Amino acid sequence: MRYKLLTAALAATAALQLAGPAAATDLEVIHWWTSKGESAAVSQFAKAFDNDGHGDKWVDSAIALGETARSTVMQRVLGGDPPGAAQFNPGRQYEELISGGKLLDLTDVATAGRWDEVIRPKAIGSACLVDGHWWCVPVNIHSNYWAWYSKPVFEKAGVPEPKSMADFIAAAPKIKEAGLIPFAIGGDGNGWQIQLLFQDMVTEALGVAKRDEMYTKKSAEIAGGPEMKGVFTQLRTLKQFTDNGYANRNWNDTTNLVITGKAGLQVMGDWARGEFAAAGMTGVKDFGCMIGLNEAKPVVSTDGDIIVFFKQDNPDVEAAQKRLAALLISPEVQVAFNNAKGSMPVRGDVDMSAADPCMQKSLKAVEDPSNIVTATNRFITENTNQQINELVSQYFADDSMTADDATAKFGTIIGNSD
Amino acid sequence: MQKSWRRRFHLPAVIGTIPMILVAVGVFVIGIGFSVLWSFTSSKLFPTYDFVGLAQYRRLWSDSRWLVSVNNIWFFGLMSITCNMVFGYLLAVFMDQRIRQEDLFRSIFLYPFAMSLIVTGLVWQWVLDPNLGLQAALRNLGWSSFSFAPLVDADTALYALVVAGIWQGSGVTMAILLAGLRGVDEEIWKAARVDGIPTWRTHMSIVAPMMKGAFATAFVLQCVSVVRVYDLVIAMTGGGPGIATSMPAVYVIQLITVRQNVGQGMAAATMMLLPVLVVLAFSGILLWRRNREASA
Repeated sequence: MRYKLLTAALAATAALQLAGPAAATDLEVIHWWTSKGESAAVSQFAKAFDNDGHGDKWVDSAIALGETARSTVMQRVLGGDPPGAAQFNPGRQYEELISGGKLLDLTDVATAGRWDEVIRPKAIGSACLVDGHWWCVPVNIHSNYWAWYSKPVFEKAGVPEPKSMADFIAAAPKIKEAGLIPFAIGGDGNGWQIQLLFQDMVTEALGVAKRDEMYTKKSAEIAGGPEMKGVFTQLRTLKQFTDNGYANRNWNDTTNLVITGKAGLQVMGDWARGEFAAAGMTGVKDFGCMIGLNEAKPVVSTDGDIIVFFKQDNPDVEAAQKRLAALLISPEVQVAFNNAKGSMPVRGDVDMSAADPCMQKSLKAVEDPSNIVTATNRFITENTNQQINELVSQYFADDSMTADDATAKFGTIIGNSD
Repeated sequence: MQKSWRRRFHLPAVIGTIPMILVAVGVFVIGIGFSVLWSFTSSKLFPTYDFVGLAQYRRLWSDSRWLVSVNNIWFFGLMSITCNMVFGYLLAVFMDQRIRQEDLFRSIFLYPFAMSLIVTGLVWQWVLDPNLGLQAALRNLGWSSFSFAPLVDADTALYALVVAGIWQGSGVTMAILLAGLRGVDEEIWKAARVDGIPTWRTHMSIVAPMMKGAFATAFVLQCVSVVRVYDLVIAMTGGGPGIATSMPAVYVIQLITVRQNVGQGMAAATMMLLPVLVVLAFSGILLWRRNREASA
């Protein structure tokens, strides 16, 4: 009798769980999309998920600065309380999460959505497809190879708009004479903005093939070579054209200097375009964009963002995670998100007729595979990434460090990287 | 045997201290043990037991950021402890002159210590920011050549940190030393005055030596706050510009959380523990010798 009761009670609870409509599920998502343009973009995800017809709810955990957000996620995972989903950059930032078995396998969602066919270029998908399993959803393609400039500033200084960094360096003294900041940069977050500029200059100086060889073979020889010394020398030249408020400035405040016509040019990924758009500017008369630091040699990198989902013991949460994964890559959401964000959609079968002139440049460049540069994050771990941050920001801040010293140190970092 | 055991350990006292013992053993001894253990492994994001000997220490001592951090902590420590003790003592002497509104002044001097360093550090950062703070304000008033931006220059940022550290730490030193000063018997002052000893000489040769305990307390508190200085740096400079104001504690947290390199971070943490252990061992030996002399 007693057992019967118990069994009945058990059966009843089981039936309740099965029968009820998929319970309203809250899913916490940690990301670092905190600027004006970025929050406009991420709200597209939240809106779509909240209205997916299953009563799901996007719980937004926005943490300013990528390295802070990523370390928060890692600490939550280590503490046994991972969020539902989290943003990373495609590459090696989450490789230990995969090998440690912390991530939800999304292969069935990917098969149903034919991700291997719709995601282009293939290099974007490969950031998530590891050993035949899908571990994350690529949501956009950002290129780090852009420079943004204020047309009014160049007009005021009486210099032609730049077509390459060489043009800009030639024009910079005139902008300084006009009482404006020629080169806008920020040094927050261990100096990641300086490294972004540095990496763009590295690719420009070494060429794509030699740069890839340096990172894949961890060649201290190339990293300590004469081309790299040239890069460090040029970095010092650019520093002379910055303002002294750069030290702790974040990227969107830096972009704002260009938007408001206080500074001439900023080298930043195309998420900066979202800031111009959020400020109501178009790329025709207010601001210009220089692709690949050299209009004659356009390049587009396969940087961007991916979303990972953490294993949870609750099947309801897992179902909601998979619904969100499918939603993030669906054509409508891709268009809405990427138009606000300034990035390219990860699928080629969507209508991007609303894209502005800068976006048109990158859509055109991405068609030719030889223009595509592999994201630096694919080659290096977060440890190496931060070491490079420290080196370039120390060099940038400390004028007593010579280009030879810096080149030698860069060679050591690359030679010892894993 | 049984009796002496009982005499030494009163049961209620033992029960009462069990939580503290558990915390001390659990958090400090075991925690420190794992830190040291992991410093010999190749742990990255997740701790592992793949032992690599001293490799992490070799990497640590060839990392320029760590070397800069170690240099910085010596400079910061010597400057801020010396200045805190001197200013703290002078402030305490000043407060001891039976001034009016003593409570008010004491609150003002203690206030920096009572507030979170994240808040005060941020205020300092804003005041010293060339585009928002003092420099911008004076330039707007018409002094257009005025230039004062210590935080953005790699050569001067550390001095700005020291000044903020002194501003924060001298109040509490004053409070401790003032309590010590008040503990000195009024008769001693009278006797010194009768003997015609100048006031400064009384302070230096009689009162200060009598306040040994207060000085030691203040000094130990200062040392502890120097070794673990973290929030001040994070709020004011984030370790920058470049790596100019990095400190060991900042380095350790950076390696464990951001760089996902637990092994090397733990090696750095172990290095931070070493000087503390040396001081502990030194004072332990002194104590032991004094006890032996007393019992002999």
